[in-house]
Amino acid sequence: MSQATDTTVREDGVIESVSGPVVTAKDLDAKMNDVVYVGEEGLMGEVIEIEGDITTIQVYEETSAVAPGEPVEGTGSPLSVDLGPGMLDSIYDGVQRPLDVLEDKMGSAFLDRGVDAPGIDLEKTWEFTPEVEEGDEVEAGDIVGSVPETPSIDHKVMVPPDYEGGEVVAIESGNFNVEETVAELDNGEEIQMRQEWPVRSARPTEDKQTPTEPLTSGQRILDGLFPLAKGGTAAIPGPFGSGKTVTQQSLAKFADADIVVYIGCGERGNEMTEVIDDFPDLPDPQTGNALMARTCLIANTSNMPVAARESCVYTGITIAEHYRDMGYDVALMADSTSRWAEAMREISSRLEEMPGEEGYPAYLAARLSQFYERAGYFDNINGTEGSISAIGAVSPPGGDFSEPVTQNTLRIVKTFWALDSDLAEKRHFPAIDWNDSYSLYRDQLDPWFVENVAEDWPEQRQWAIDILDEDGELQEVVQLVGKDALPEDQQLTLEVARFIKEAWLQQNALHDVDRYCPPEKTYRILGAIRTFNDEAIDALDAGVPIEEITGIDAAPQLNRIGTTPDDEVDEFVDDLESDIADQLRSLY
Amino acid sequence: MKEYQTITEISGPLVHVETDEPIGYNEIVEIETGDGETRRGQVLDSSSDHVAIQVFEGTEGIDMDSSVRFLGETMKMPVTEDLLGRVLDGSGNPIDGGPDIVPDERRDIVGAAINPYSREYPEDFIQTGVSAIDGMNTLVRGQKLPIFSGSGLPHNDLALQIARQASVPEEEAGEDEDTEFAVIFGAMGITAEEANEFMDDFERTGALERSVVFMNLADDPAVERTVTPRLALTTAEYLAFDKGYHVLVILTDMTNYCEALREIGAAREEVPGRRGYPGYMYTDLAQLYERAGRIKGQEGSITQIPILTMPSDDITHPIPDLTGYITEGQILVDRDLNSQGIQPPIDPLPSLSRLMDDGIGEGLTRGDHGGVSDQLYAAYAQGEDLRDLVNIVGREALSERDNKYLDFAERFEEEFVQQGYGTDRDIDETLDIGWDLLSMLPKEELNRIDEENIAEYYREDVEAEVAAD
Repeated sequence: MSQATDTTVREDGVIESVSGPVVTAKDLDAKMNDVVYVGEEGLMGEVIEIEGDITTIQVYEETSAVAPGEPVEGTGSPLSVDLGPGMLDSIYDGVQRPLDVLEDKMGSAFLDRGVDAPGIDLEKTWEFTPEVEEGDEVEAGDIVGSVPETPSIDHKVMVPPDYEGGEVVAIESGNFNVEETVAELDNGEEIQMRQEWPVRSARPTEDKQTPTEPLTSGQRILDGLFPLAKGGTAAIPGPFGSGKTVTQQSLAKFADADIVVYIGCGERGNEMTEVIDDFPDLPDPQTGNALMARTCLIANTSNMPVAARESCVYTGITIAEHYRDMGYDVALMADSTSRWAEAMREISSRLEEMPGEEGYPAYLAARLSQFYERAGYFDNINGTEGSISAIGAVSPPGGDFSEPVTQNTLRIVKTFWALDSDLAEKRHFPAIDWNDSYSLYRDQLDPWFVENVAEDWPEQRQWAIDILDEDGELQEVVQLVGKDALPEDQQLTLEVARFIKEAWLQQNALHDVDRYCPPEKTYRILGAIRTFNDEAIDALDAGVPIEEITGIDAAPQLNRIGTTPDDEVDEFVDDLESDIADQLRSLY
Repeated sequence: MKEYQTITEISGPLVHVETDEPIGYNEIVEIETGDGETRRGQVLDSSSDHVAIQVFEGTEGIDMDSSVRFLGETMKMPVTEDLLGRVLDGSGNPIDGGPDIVPDERRDIVGAAINPYSREYPEDFIQTGVSAIDGMNTLVRGQKLPIFSGSGLPHNDLALQIARQASVPEEEAGEDEDTEFAVIFGAMGITAEEANEFMDDFERTGALERSVVFMNLADDPAVERTVTPRLALTTAEYLAFDKGYHVLVILTDMTNYCEALREIGAAREEVPGRRGYPGYMYTDLAQLYERAGRIKGQEGSITQIPILTMPSDDITHPIPDLTGYITEGQILVDRDLNSQGIQPPIDPLPSLSRLMDDGIGEGLTRGDHGGVSDQLYAAYAQGEDLRDLVNIVGREALSERDNKYLDFAERFEEEFVQQGYGTDRDIDETLDIGWDLLSMLPKEELNRIDEENIAEYYREDVEAEVAAD
């Protein structure tokens, strides 16, 4: 939360009532969504309703022992975040308080109340290099210079979007902290590295484009069957234990984005710890630097205050928008949007609002779509292009996709990765159901795959989909009569489908090699399975019994391609394909 | 101390009182009834002129003339190392006839959230001696791993077996050999018989002296159940993070806890969520379960094993559902396996330990652990699938490969899962049994295991034997 500005203190109010995270105050002079400090301890809160002289506040901290009669102090400004260098390689709570700084300030591993800290370090100096000269005209949003924020990312210093702009009258390189002025304009406007932005409003852009480039994820089932575009939106719903978090984390690790904003919204503490422990050591597959150098973490775990959980997705997407404005491709993961929706529900029910479906507030759908609409591939106001891809996990109660959060999300997002508990129980991971999932970006991304990976990419994918469809139908018959009762060509289809599932769709997120699969390798694995299929059909036609075909030594090797190191894959697959052909042809 | 005789409404567990001074949210209240009895409660809702109080010990006997005292503080648990060996009621008062407790400190029972940045990732393997857990759903220190069970299933025997056998294998104990081990047992609404079963076992095995027992029995007030686990966890935090103990917290039965939450929610006329449970139940449960873990630079740890009975064995019921979304996996006790006489009747397929992968492997357990576990899962799942088919077409209609998987599934249940509540298997023994079973399958089928491990552990003799049959 932004601390640095001097805000005029308005007339104070007094607490009227307390019920969990919802506090009402009397005689407080405040606007909607203003930040206020509640009680003797100064707990941070936000105005969410004003009725007569009664103001309703959601408090971002625990309210035990807060009593009516205690003061409430207004700040006159809405909930905002500090934007500037230092956000990467950071870990924040839901209102952008850095958790490492809080630990220091509180002197304890437990989160105390009433402690505040600025979102970015105000003391630290950064080496500023101008990108415009004195005399240049700049407008709102324009880049005036940059600082090396991490080994991976240059942080662009921009004219704040709400400035008028004008001629640069002073600018020089050197070391500055985030509050010092680095450039002055002729109209008296001063530019610092730090900007402030209210989290609930989107930062302005010029235009939204249709995305045409994939956000490759290194996950075969995603890149191969259900690709996401840079600037696209995706939902991952699934019951507990089906691998939502593992999938989200794999994306955070391997997606080819410049920046990753990872929001742990109402999830497990140990999961966030795992990310904090792992990311500094893991290399970013694009740059080779530590993953943390491109990552901003927001951790509001399930036992942290519920109101801060409501705000954490906004904090995250505002930070994402700031990097988008610099021209970066940002991937934002929210795990899980259901917890966010539940936080809305909890606050709403304390306000005694009329509930909509399953107790969720009537504005659930509107809030979800507002959030996902902040994603996209944009023309920025400074002429650069940048994107935000939003990937939201959904945790439907009982794994039932007909519940309101899943349904309202599906109406907005264009990629749907459905996780399935049956697959998870069989340890088929990622447990993404290939029948229910879809990606509406497939067609607009095909030209990219054709140009950059292989000409027959769309055609080969369609072949795999056809086999899987046929397999689905055959499995129903097999359940009734057994596999051996099927004609031989259908038995072959089952066998090929098994290889597609085991060697291609399954991927081991814990294996050093297999966890990241570049699109080229995704293509080669499927190609090898297809070679087996084509050769086997020829062998069947020549009268070779199916048992002999499926029994060839080379076949199980298909399952080992995934764990073959990337630089050996081509050789391995070439050899394997010729082994398959030789062994099958020798049977007739 | 503020005292009032201005009760305006009594409904279910709630008492509404008019006040003229501000009362803090969550503050503790004492209500004195006409016949001199004192009940304790907590402020649920506070506004400038009236408060709603939830009474722990039930509202029977409270009338409009009862006097209400506000103690000016939130609920506290007196903590001290001397609590070890003691038996307390659900509100934290000793019921074992022992001396009064002289606390070192009084701690707020709500407990603050652990800063995710200060947590240490749990990765120390705990050997429970139960193959289905150690082999396939490994428990680690600082994990919260619930047992999902049903009415009439032997979840208590399993919990006791874990409490009795849990240990850290010797090679690893190394540096922190002197850290001590403690069990905190929080009972919510269990029957006196079940309670006796636990107490007898604790006494028989001498575990009591390193345990603290909180007992809220089935006939104790339901609302008190919302406090019991918080008292237990506050004690656990003190022992773990102030005194360096490795604490195992067993909470049973969480279903009764959730029922109590629902009762309070209904009495407050809140908008209910699914099946009448309050909309904030996820947050409330998270505030209990998330109090497990490890902290950087601290010796101790809190490992939680909450037990819950799934109403009509339905895993999608809100209680197991919300629990599963918070905890790091679950151990499922299965009715069919139980009726087959398998002890403990753990069904590994829907069971899961999310922290397993970092607690196992070379140097921790054994290099082949991960592969063996995955392969056992996949093979058992396949065998299970085929059982439906066998019922329709019979064994003869199946291929040789399918028959092998069927045999595997059978022996897996009888030799790997089945072990009895008194058997303590170490991890090597568990994995060796796993290899005995996997060796029934042809080598080529073992696609989840690294080739080096297959070369080292695969038993050709077993495969030959099976082939000969």
